[in-house]
Amino acid sequence: MKTRTLIGVAALALCAGAQAQKSTADGIAEYRKMLEDGNPAELFEAKGEALWSQKRGPKNASLERCDLGLGPGVVKGAFVTLPRWFADTQKVQDLESRLVSCMATLQGFDAAEIVKTPFGRGEMANVTALATWIAAESRGMRFNLPQSHAQERITYEVGKRAFFYRGGTHDFSCASCHGDEGKRIRLQELPNLTRNPGDGIGFAAWPAYRVSNGQMWSMQLRLNDCFRQQRFPYPGFGSEVTIALATYMGVNAKGAESIAPAIKR
Amino acid sequence: MADPMRIRAQAAGDKTTVRVLMSHEMETGQRKDSAGKVIPAWFIQEVTATHNGKTVLTADWGPSISKNPFLQFVVKGAKAGDKIAITWVDNKGDKRTDEATVS
Repeated sequence: MKTRTLIGVAALALCAGAQAQKSTADGIAEYRKMLEDGNPAELFEAKGEALWSQKRGPKNASLERCDLGLGPGVVKGAFVTLPRWFADTQKVQDLESRLVSCMATLQGFDAAEIVKTPFGRGEMANVTALATWIAAESRGMRFNLPQSHAQERITYEVGKRAFFYRGGTHDFSCASCHGDEGKRIRLQELPNLTRNPGDGIGFAAWPAYRVSNGQMWSMQLRLNDCFRQQRFPYPGFGSEVTIALATYMGVNAKGAESIAPAIKR
Repeated sequence: MADPMRIRAQAAGDKTTVRVLMSHEMETGQRKDSAGKVIPAWFIQEVTATHNGKTVLTADWGPSISKNPFLQFVVKGAKAGDKIAITWVDNKGDKRTDEATVS
């Protein structure tokens, strides 16, 4: 009898816990909804838009001839097809590494110098602003990454392996947190990135403005911080592993609607 | 030179909702940098809103306002085509004015 009562109490406690969790998640959703109206990402969008057509760099040129995969100067719709293969650089590139290539070839900036710059500083802040604007130009469109080039398929496979690769002091992989439904870190729900997690979730929500630290986060910075949370060494900006992971997530997100730039807690 | 504001003003009946997003660091003066030195306070101190040149709102702000602040308010009697201008002045004397048309 006594055991029974205890089980009863335990079951009640579980129910209460589940209810509290639900309302917390709802609360966060409500908070995001309230913030959406004045998303400061718009400020970065405006900055990026101005940077795109501004003549800058040693060559005093704009980025308006930059080919983001849909032809020189085509911005609308480019974001939802990246990362993809680029014949001129002979590489699969994501939006940010592609922007750095354009800044180097068109404007004459030193690509190695930009890649070394910490996030949020100097030219790196400009890359983030440009990425924010370019992502915003594809808002509401659905992800459809090309997989026709052999290198794109290889990059996807490399990304898949990197995603499931366990290591570091905590024996973590991306899949530890993002390989199942219904997981969370503290109060943040974690999307399952091994399939399409839905419209505007996971890959389809970045770049995003983070209210807690007032920073604009690009996909490269998002991945960089995922590596930190796994206690892995920091990946290089635009390195093969970050692009492989982005390709894996992007191909999996096929059909998901992009809401970027989003707003995060 | 400060980055531009984003101002939206939407009329509904005799009320116009104005939403303003300002680009500002809003340093409190309480934080320290990586070298342990205090980062000097730098924040918006005065905000003024005008409707067709007539002041409709003034606010004194302090360091407790967030980075990249968002301000929303309602102006009675503003119609589509009217001009809403917002000005801010920060504690370093830097200022910025932007204007939007009510739609």
